[in-house]
Amino acid sequence: MKNDVARDAGAAPAISMIGTRAMLFEAPGDFTMAHQRRIWALMDAARARPDVQELIPGVTNLMLIFSVPPDSPQAVADWLHHAWDTLPERHIEGRLFEIGVRYGGTLGEDLAAVAAHADLPPEDVIAIHHASEYTVCAIGSAPGFGYLHGLDPRIATPRKTVPSLNMQAGTVIIGGMQAGISALTGPNGWNSIGFTDLRLFDPDRQPPALFAVGDRIRFYPESIEL
Amino acid sequence: MITILETSALNTVQDLGRPGYRDLGVGTSGVMDAIALQVGNILLDNQMDDACIELQTYPVVLRFDTAATFAVTGIDATIDLDGRTILPWMVETAAAGQILRIGSPKKGARGCLCIAGGIEVPVVLGSRSTQLRGGFGGLDGRPLEAGDTLKTTGRTLDVAGYGALPPATVLDTVADGDDGRTIALRAMPATDYGLFTPESQQRFWDTPWRITPQSNRVGYRLSGAPLELHHRVELRSYGVIAGIVQVPPAGEPIVQLADANTVGGYPRIATVIEADLWRLAQARIGTRIRFRECSFTEGVAAMRPVNAYLDDLRMMVAHYRTSARCRAGMKSGDKA
Repeated sequence: MKNDVARDAGAAPAISMIGTRAMLFEAPGDFTMAHQRRIWALMDAARARPDVQELIPGVTNLMLIFSVPPDSPQAVADWLHHAWDTLPERHIEGRLFEIGVRYGGTLGEDLAAVAAHADLPPEDVIAIHHASEYTVCAIGSAPGFGYLHGLDPRIATPRKTVPSLNMQAGTVIIGGMQAGISALTGPNGWNSIGFTDLRLFDPDRQPPALFAVGDRIRFYPESIEL
Repeated sequence: MITILETSALNTVQDLGRPGYRDLGVGTSGVMDAIALQVGNILLDNQMDDACIELQTYPVVLRFDTAATFAVTGIDATIDLDGRTILPWMVETAAAGQILRIGSPKKGARGCLCIAGGIEVPVVLGSRSTQLRGGFGGLDGRPLEAGDTLKTTGRTLDVAGYGALPPATVLDTVADGDDGRTIALRAMPATDYGLFTPESQQRFWDTPWRITPQSNRVGYRLSGAPLELHHRVELRSYGVIAGIVQVPPAGEPIVQLADANTVGGYPRIATVIEADLWRLAQARIGTRIRFRECSFTEGVAAMRPVNAYLDDLRMMVAHYRTSARCRAGMKSGDKA
């Protein structure tokens, strides 16, 4: 293990230290759900380690945060390599959320831009968006925000160069190949196409985050305003 | 109880942070200078996770509505209790009704106003820290405003008038360049170090980076000649911790700090070691910092003097309080 591992296309995962108390494991190659399920398996196994204080699952990567610096980072890295090579994919059944969306309008004002980028009428963008089933890959960035995998590539749209300054929590959004629902009101660079009243995070609720990794999400149109 | 009479923006209730919820997207928050809070809590015989008021804009004026023993740590500033000058890093007791005024620091940036018994705000997800982004924790999830009241235990200590040597005078400063104008921070190369050109790698260590006004508890944006990658990369979202140094496409680094998001996507060139994060917390806007390369082993070893400083302080405070009580003819455990 090195600190300066370059991630080339090779089959081996990359492991690096982030300071003295965090270690990052990155799966090799392109994003696949199979790799993400192996990350979830690794997360489960790592959670059982007594030296692990916290885990941050990312998109085909996993950060381990230790309660104290490991005696031997190499030993932990060896354990991670072995676990990655031997653990089966973890299939999480997850819960299915069916979420009504008010498409378009002022709370989904980037619908036209997404349609223009996709070279499709806005009606088609909406139909394509709610035809897919999405999987919560990871939660992060903001309390309760889920990175959703499963966006149809036809409506993938790069993040905006100028972010919205005050996007409402509950905005249904597209950022590159990922979909999501904004968890907080504030600046956001993803493209808004609709809105839902869902509250993704409540510190007084148990668990506080509505979504968990592996949950599945289907959208349906509650209304459409073009 | 304490009533805030005057405050500027972004002073909040903080403790040592809220670990354990990053997998739900909740960053740790917590004081920027964890050593200053620990010193305050040791001086006041508090629990280590008791909360303080973290000050980052001044002046701050508040009234003790009930008597309280307190200490201001982290900064060297003009502190005044009803006309009497108070030293930072010292334990003092205020009578009910007395007014405390804390002026702009002469040294340091972030002060901890620590109170015996801590600040009583509800524990949310295991911490009293204000989570500004999520809008919870601390006082209603927001910065303090004039007119706010904060509950305290009303506990006063029977012995006061002692203090701690500031960490800056005790802990070895990193030799090279730490002349008060340029602050040296030890950093370990991180995941994407090798993606930067050799010139950029060298420039990262050589540049006296300036802390820009776009710096806050989330992170410090640094200014200097931009760093370049061999070629542009698109990274998948990955976990972020305090100290990680990211380089956005414009090439000027950002050091992520206490209020950082849980995940990020910019290339990571290095990580400031935990033992030096408090120096960054106390570095003001406009200050120049220089990164010094350090290994994992050196990074781990760097925590030893920090822990020894806190352990020594704990021991000395216990001795002092016991002997002061003996001299006063009090039995151990009595409260004045």
